[in-house]
Amino acid sequence: MEPLIRTVDLKKYFRVYGGMLHAVDGVDVVINQGQTLGVVGESGCGKSTLGRLVLRLLEPTGGQIFFEGKDIMAYDRKDMKQVRQQMQIIFQDPFSSLNPRMPVFDLIAEPLVMNRIYKTKAELTTKIYELMEMVGLADRYINTFPHEMDGGRRQRVGVARALALNPKFIVCDEPVSALDVSIQAQILNLLMDLQDELDLTYMFITHDLSVVKHISDEIGVMYLGQCVERANSKELFANPLHPYTKALLSAIPVPRLRKDVRHQIIRGELSDPIEPEPGCRFANRCDFCQEGCTGTNIPLKDQGNGHWVSCTLYQ
Amino acid sequence: MSKQADVQTATNIKRPKRKSQAKEIWRRMKKNRIAMVGLAIISIILLCTILADVIVSYDYSLEQNMDLRYAAPSGDHWFGCDNYGRDIFARVIHGTRNSLIMGIGAVVVGILLGGFFGSITGYFGGKLDTVIMRIMDVFNTIPFMLLALAIASALGPSLTNVLIALMISMVPYYTRVIRASILNVVGQDFIEAGKACGTPTRFIILKHVLPNAIGPVIVHATMSVGTMILSASAMSFLGMGIQPPAPEWGSMLNEGKDYMLYAPHLVIFPGLAIVLTALSVNLMGDGLRDALDPRLKD
Repeated sequence: MEPLIRTVDLKKYFRVYGGMLHAVDGVDVVINQGQTLGVVGESGCGKSTLGRLVLRLLEPTGGQIFFEGKDIMAYDRKDMKQVRQQMQIIFQDPFSSLNPRMPVFDLIAEPLVMNRIYKTKAELTTKIYELMEMVGLADRYINTFPHEMDGGRRQRVGVARALALNPKFIVCDEPVSALDVSIQAQILNLLMDLQDELDLTYMFITHDLSVVKHISDEIGVMYLGQCVERANSKELFANPLHPYTKALLSAIPVPRLRKDVRHQIIRGELSDPIEPEPGCRFANRCDFCQEGCTGTNIPLKDQGNGHWVSCTLYQ
Repeated sequence: MSKQADVQTATNIKRPKRKSQAKEIWRRMKKNRIAMVGLAIISIILLCTILADVIVSYDYSLEQNMDLRYAAPSGDHWFGCDNYGRDIFARVIHGTRNSLIMGIGAVVVGILLGGFFGSITGYFGGKLDTVIMRIMDVFNTIPFMLLALAIASALGPSLTNVLIALMISMVPYYTRVIRASILNVVGQDFIEAGKACGTPTRFIILKHVLPNAIGPVIVHATMSVGTMILSASAMSFLGMGIQPPAPEWGSMLNEGKDYMLYAPHLVIFPGLAIVLTALSVNLMGDGLRDALDPRLKD
């Protein structure tokens, strides 16, 4: 079966002072209909850029994006507008993602009005009530402004707006990291319920591993613009292979009374993303660095069971 | 799912009435006493402009009476008379129109043009931004007054030409103010959300960017109304603007300043008129900015 979203060698370089910054460097994403791909990695590794590239909100430097088997890189603006109805985004910060001068009605109505979905005001209003119901917002909020609601409700408005056009694919760009833990759970459950109900496909970007475990079918680990490991969610948590993934997983806080729990600490800083040398980008922080880690790029290699890793330890 | 079906079957669902935006803004504005004082003064001044001929005839403001030169305020001449024996009250009233047109007109057109250039440079950025802003910088290197004078003298002295000169000189300034204010908004996620759901660029600028960038612009605009009136009068003084004997506050000030020590009413009344106008516009502008922002409700 053709996956809903597939990218081939997706690249985004930013021109900055001192050269080209490789924000996303040759990432292949495959997401099947109805599945969730979790994308994890530390700050500045290109997760959000990747999410925006897939939606073509940012123009990629190179590579291809296939949506339902069609290369959307070849689309012009008009075609893109059609495709945009199928793919939406939920933002990290519900304070900045909603126009502070618009009440909930206008916020949710924007995609519907701009794409001229409904002809009459009554139809539009019905749809908006339906969407609010779907995301668990009470009717009485219809005329409230974003600043009058708490973070969770605001994020629900963001979800409703993303759902307005009945999309197939939604990029969730850290949708819960700006929320309280209790509200995080509510929003995550909402997203998962909606996925079941509407057969949605998610690309779930986060730095929070406990969140990603909860929601993802498959997980991709990113480091400095590259995907270093990709596997089924359970497989990745049970059997991480890449040293970076191992370190990330050991950093999840575990409530334990004994004090002798050993964390694997990643030393040093992210290496410079501007014009990086070929080779493993994690090499300078890696405890298992050996000959062959630098100099040439290390491709992702299948370790069986759909578990791919780019590391010289497993070539 | 059943609830959804209920919603769908019920036809003619209406959104509960929300107070109209204008009413809301007016309600918030009314709460701000100081702004209302400003609005009241501005209304009186505007009324004077409209009813100037009813209050006192235009000819009376030009009528010279050498016996009454420097006459102090009295029952017959409320504001006294100037160095040609003309009634200052009549001149202040009839000067309102010219002064307001220059002060407010220059600012409004300056904002419209500056808003246009500022939004395209701020929103699109890149080469367009660089080119337009460098052109604006060239204008900015010439002192404001000098630029306005140069334009006015090239066009020839008249009210319209002074207005054009002031507008052109204001555009670079407003372009910069509006661009800065827009850059602040463009970085926010709701702009990207608009793009993601297919909102055309012009709607993004009109519905998302400008309403959120307008606050500082209103403040700058109201502050420069007074400056504009004074600049216009300075130009009249230099012979570029309104030609004497037509009444205009600034030129009255300039004429009167030589006699300030022994006939202070020559400058006090036109000066007061300028101060009152500038002050009331400032007060009203402050209140308007707050009233336009739903976040500062109540």
